[in-house]
Amino acid sequence: MKKDIILGGVGGQGILTIAATIGTAALLEGLYLKQSEVHGMSQRGGDVQAHLRISSKPIASDLIAAGKADMVIAVEPMESLRYVNMLNKDTGWLITSMNPFANIPDYPAIEDLLKEIWKLPRYITIDAEKTAKEAGSIRAANIVILGASAPFIGIKYQSLEQAIRKIFAKKGEDLINLNLKALKLGFDYAQKHR
Amino acid sequence: MDKILLLGDEAIAQGAIDGGLSGVFAYPGTPSTEITEYIQASKEAKELGIKSEWSANEKTAMETGIGMSYAGKKAMVCMKHVGLNVAADAFMNSAITGTNGGLVVVSADDPSMHSSQNEQDSRFYGKFAMIPVLEPTNQQEAYDMAYYGLTLSEKFGTPVMIRVTTRLAHSRSGVVRKEQIPQNEMHLPGNHNQFILLPSMARKSYSGLLGKQSAFESDGESSGFNAFYDGNDKSLGIIACGLAYNYLIENFEDGKVPYPVLKIGQYPVPSAMVNTLYEAVDEILVLEEGAPLVEELLRGLLNRGKKIRGRMEGSLPRAGELNPNLVAKALGIEVEEGFEIPSVIKGRPPVLCDGCPHIDSFEALNDAMKPYGRGHVFSDIGCYTLSALKPLESIDSCVDMGASITMAVGAAEAGLSPSIAVIGDSTFTHSGMTGLLDAVVKQVPITVFILDNATVGMTGGQHSAALGRIEDICKGIGVEEEHIRVVKPLRRLHDENLAIYKEEIAYKGVSVIIPRRECVQTLSKRMKLKAAAKRNKK
Ligand SMILES: Cc1ncc(C[n+]2csc(CCOP(=O)(O)OP(=O)(O)O)c2C)c(N)n1
Ligand code: SF4
Repeated sequence: MKKDIILGGVGGQGILTIAATIGTAALLEGLYLKQSEVHGMSQRGGDVQAHLRISSKPIASDLIAAGKADMVIAVEPMESLRYVNMLNKDTGWLITSMNPFANIPDYPAIEDLLKEIWKLPRYITIDAEKTAKEAGSIRAANIVILGASAPFIGIKYQSLEQAIRKIFAKKGEDLINLNLKALKLGFDYAQKHR
Repeated sequence: MDKILLLGDEAIAQGAIDGGLSGVFAYPGTPSTEITEYIQASKEAKELGIKSEWSANEKTAMETGIGMSYAGKKAMVCMKHVGLNVAADAFMNSAITGTNGGLVVVSADDPSMHSSQNEQDSRFYGKFAMIPVLEPTNQQEAYDMAYYGLTLSEKFGTPVMIRVTTRLAHSRSGVVRKEQIPQNEMHLPGNHNQFILLPSMARKSYSGLLGKQSAFESDGESSGFNAFYDGNDKSLGIIACGLAYNYLIENFEDGKVPYPVLKIGQYPVPSAMVNTLYEAVDEILVLEEGAPLVEELLRGLLNRGKKIRGRMEGSLPRAGELNPNLVAKALGIEVEEGFEIPSVIKGRPPVLCDGCPHIDSFEALNDAMKPYGRGHVFSDIGCYTLSALKPLESIDSCVDMGASITMAVGAAEAGLSPSIAVIGDSTFTHSGMTGLLDAVVKQVPITVFILDNATVGMTGGQHSAALGRIEDICKGIGVEEEHIRVVKPLRRLHDENLAIYKEEIAYKGVSVIIPRRECVQTLSKRMKLKAAAKRNKK
């Protein structure tokens, strides 16, 4: 088993929580893991990315090679497209939220972005904010995206649930359940639309 | 023991804790900050009484480390690469004095300049000071090298450098811990002259350092951090330093490289091992993150031997960080990139946070400077440097920490009027204070804005040594009290503040304006903690 995942978004959107959840689940399954994060400058409303690699064998590089990523998981549509050069052309999936984060004056029209995403052979686009609201809070949008990615990660769904329980343990039972619901709604959507 | 998941930085921190550390001394700077933050947050470190408060700058941190080493305990000093420029005087001389307690200096390089003003390679400093340098390949080695480095430093009585780069510093992986070594008892150096670098004594110490060089090299041959892996295909030999080794391995199924490989993780460069490789192969490819240090050594000035390939020769780009595909191309392995990035994508540069006090400070400054046009505002390094970009476009310089005030002094001496300096609170106590003293002594007409957001914002909100001290410092340095003005940078106070700015800019002496309002990030973090504490009480 080996999955190379690029995570993309804007500072503060919670991509590191996605990475931490997948990472925790991977450890629960006894897999090797390398996760390279971006800190510093890019936290102030700039684009952020993380490389997450999980494998049943030891992993060498902290960075994923361009053209070798199995998945791009993004919490923002323009950010998802920023990393399509990383995807494996034959097998790679792109999973992204359709909700733009337009903090720059020249942000493109969302239709133009979606048009580009829908040209790809394998993608899931989801209204993560609407789905997160259904689950109970718009702030769980990142976990909706994680749910929508779950069918492709190669980790048991139960392990992801367990990881969420661990990561949100300090925040109380209500928030755990909310995030588990967000995960499930994202997962169901992806299963239906893959 | 179980594996724990650690960033490269955190692995260094844990390795040092387990290696018998008594104190970490540092000034924040990406990508080194998390080393000290990990120790500050570690319960274990607290129980062990390990000192970990931030220092005012890298030089004071380095000297504090030397002092702890003098007193017989193990110390670690951490900084980003450019911080080593600030600490350089102390660092270079610590190589001459040598150590009593173990002393490890961590310098975190930032190739590709993700959040730095240059991409200097700290290995040159290690070579310059003639001390051992350790360069980890992965998180486990980062742990091992911090653990081993403290002991190595004691064994040789010399400081040891650990050089990391951004990708390893900020990448997480599993690490296995070793048994904890107890801290040293305080004990003074056996030789009372060891730390006195008077010429007569310094000459002796220096020849001692020179005498240790071959021992440093042989340690690198037995420590396991340098390793030779033979391969059947002798048409090429590869030297891979630190992180670059991973990018090499990544390109071969199960990591089986067909060529002979020398992995370098400890310097001085192991010349005997390099010689073995050189004799065995037709040509050599050097993979190193940063500058072509090893490649340049091998080529020499005349470059007359076997072909040496790398960043100088052109098989790899001269600047920027490496990645698996760049290494693949250098090896002649074909790589197929993914889909083309569509042209609708726009850049998303970092910006000042919504509600950031700096925005209001600069809006008033822009209005105050309108009559003079651009070219008068010397700035410094911090969040406020983002005011160089649209929409504010307020500042005209950013060179090194502290340079705002001193550049304003120099420009004023050349006749520029008005000459304005803009500096953050932490940068002011890091290295702005001495420049202000120059201005006061020289009686140069400048106006200094000390943007006091009560934190080190740029690097994530660490404690600022300037907190609650700025007016007193300025007064003590000799700025006249009536020309030290504190304002609150808020939109609704714009006109009031603008009037004060104009007054002080018109003053023909040294004036200081302190726009004071807390960083909104640390403020909201504080509020959240407060709310949580309240909830817990109920
Ligand atoms: C010599 C050196 N050390 C550390 C850094 C990293 N660094 C950049 S700005 C900064 C501090 C900024 O704090 P402050 O002046 O208070 O401004 P703020 O970011 O809070 O606006 C640091 C630590 C650096 N660039 N150079
Ligand atoms: S982190 Fe603080 S100082 Fe930096 S831009 Fe944001 S609000 Fe301003």
